[in-house]
Amino acid sequence: MTSTRPATRQLRAPGTTPATSRTRRRRSLASRRSNLLTLGMLALLIYFLLPLFWLFVASTKTTGDLFSSFGLWFADDFSLLSNIRQTFTYDGGVYGRWMLNTLFYSVVSAGGAAFLAALGGYGFAKYRFRGNNLLFALVLGSIMVPTTALAIPTYLLFSKVGMVNTPLAIILPSLVSPFGLFLMRIYAQDAIPDSLIEAGRIDGAGELRIFFQIALRTLAPGFVTVLLFTLVATWNNYFLPLIMLNNPNLYPITVGLAAWSSQTAGGGGSTGELVALVVTGSMLSVIPLIAAFLLLQRYWQSGLSAGGVKA
Amino acid sequence: MTDVLPAATAAPPQRGARPKGPSHANSGYLFVLPFLLVFLAMLVMPLAYAAYLSLFREQLVGGTVFAGLDNYTRALTDDRLVEGVWRVARFFVLQVPIMLALSLTAALAIDSGLLRFAKVFRLGIFVPYAVPAVVATLMWGYLYGPDFGPFAQLAEKLGLSAPQFLSESHMLGSIANIVTWEFVGYNMIILYAALRAIPHDLYEAAAVDGAGAFRVAWSIKLPALRPALLLCLLFSVIGSFQLFSEPQLLQRLAPNVIDSSYTPNLYAYTLAFTGQEVNYAAAVSFLLGLVIVIASYTVLLAATRRSRA
Repeated sequence: MTSTRPATRQLRAPGTTPATSRTRRRRSLASRRSNLLTLGMLALLIYFLLPLFWLFVASTKTTGDLFSSFGLWFADDFSLLSNIRQTFTYDGGVYGRWMLNTLFYSVVSAGGAAFLAALGGYGFAKYRFRGNNLLFALVLGSIMVPTTALAIPTYLLFSKVGMVNTPLAIILPSLVSPFGLFLMRIYAQDAIPDSLIEAGRIDGAGELRIFFQIALRTLAPGFVTVLLFTLVATWNNYFLPLIMLNNPNLYPITVGLAAWSSQTAGGGGSTGELVALVVTGSMLSVIPLIAAFLLLQRYWQSGLSAGGVKA
Repeated sequence: MTDVLPAATAAPPQRGARPKGPSHANSGYLFVLPFLLVFLAMLVMPLAYAAYLSLFREQLVGGTVFAGLDNYTRALTDDRLVEGVWRVARFFVLQVPIMLALSLTAALAIDSGLLRFAKVFRLGIFVPYAVPAVVATLMWGYLYGPDFGPFAQLAEKLGLSAPQFLSESHMLGSIANIVTWEFVGYNMIILYAALRAIPHDLYEAAAVDGAGAFRVAWSIKLPALRPALLLCLLFSVIGSFQLFSEPQLLQRLAPNVIDSSYTPNLYAYTLAFTGQEVNYAAAVSFLLGLVIVIASYTVLLAATRRSRA
């Protein structure tokens, strides 16, 4: 398959300039937009978005309507606002607390992980110190170490030193992102020319100052990429906080929602009311991340492209 | 991935007006040290501690005693663990090809230029990745459910019996559907990013040769996607074998179908927190990590060998 690549290059007519072939390509593409393909992709899109539409519709219903009305359309009674109010006031406002916990854990973890990865990736890419390749290979190999196989040992270690049931138990393990380091190393290699660093040195700037004042700005798209993906990983993390925390006031949103949902499944007491809260709470919890991805798409997409070149 | 390594040293050393590099070279340690310290503390140490713990055994009389490799021989003959490993292996074989085929199709379609509203598709398919596994599982759990799931409602309207998504025979498929829903977009974006990185002159050359969109996809894009596809495959191996959140949450809806050792990770969790068998749980965690590394290498080797042949 790969042999076709040089072949096509050779066959290219010598007279055609890139400009003419590009306009030809654009014209031919515009005329050949495929309706069939668009329809097929539409089916795929519906598969991915319909459940979220269901979630939104469900969060506008009272518990009674949830059971009695058709799931994919609104009931007569539009009770989204009262559901949201109930979600935030139930059990002394613990839901808001979970939201803030999640925000805190994931922002600190993602910021820290992205910073460590940027610093390390830059170091591995731009300095030829002894052991560079060996250490990098070691980190790269650890991409295969599964995080959840690590979680129980980490828990055992933390419980030995009395660190379970604290925010640090969630944040510290989330600071390591071998894949982030890998991405930042590639990114730093491509984005920062050695001459830029050299120019900084000639101007008398120290190595750290060169990094913070020159390199970090150039690394921004890669940084945002690692930041966002670590943010998602921490925001969505369930296993680690589930085993590390048993104080509901420290729960992130995932563990909190799971706890509410287990109360509805367990039966007894005010379970009916809780179903609506689990649904509304779930709906609310996905908004911040989706918003972050949409707002920052320019950055993370260019950051990923750079990683894609050599990944 | 390994071909990135020589690239670092391949760059010609810049010998400018200032005498030499080595003094700069050593300040590289300064940059990589913080990462390596956290790496050591949060990755290497837990692994080493698990390895250490796994060599001991708790006894009712005499406390914790050295047990050598007893925990490992016990794990290898533990039917519950072995069954769980086979189950996630089956899950991998069932789910990953579907997921990657969907991701690949979507990425190629969006990149082809044949699609209207390509950006809407790209973002729309990616959105589920931003949904936590917990929320995705709760949501699909309701959707599957007989109480107010739309499938059951539709079936009832049509006079059919409600589909039993959470029954023993369908459970693995139902979990596979949730995981597929969550991760197609993520893999699609990785593949799409790799597609965008293909040099433009290749397409121009192909256009001059009169290659159609499908020919371009087959002969240029697919070969260029190989490294990115391998990366997706690697992440999928890791993800499949450490399956936890989805079965753990669905357990409440179907306690008779999902037992406490449905997946190896669920089993390790149960051992450590319900059974208080910490040492054995450490051995199981360690073995699971080993299984994943072996599976990763096997899949990578198989994939690279096949594409070379």
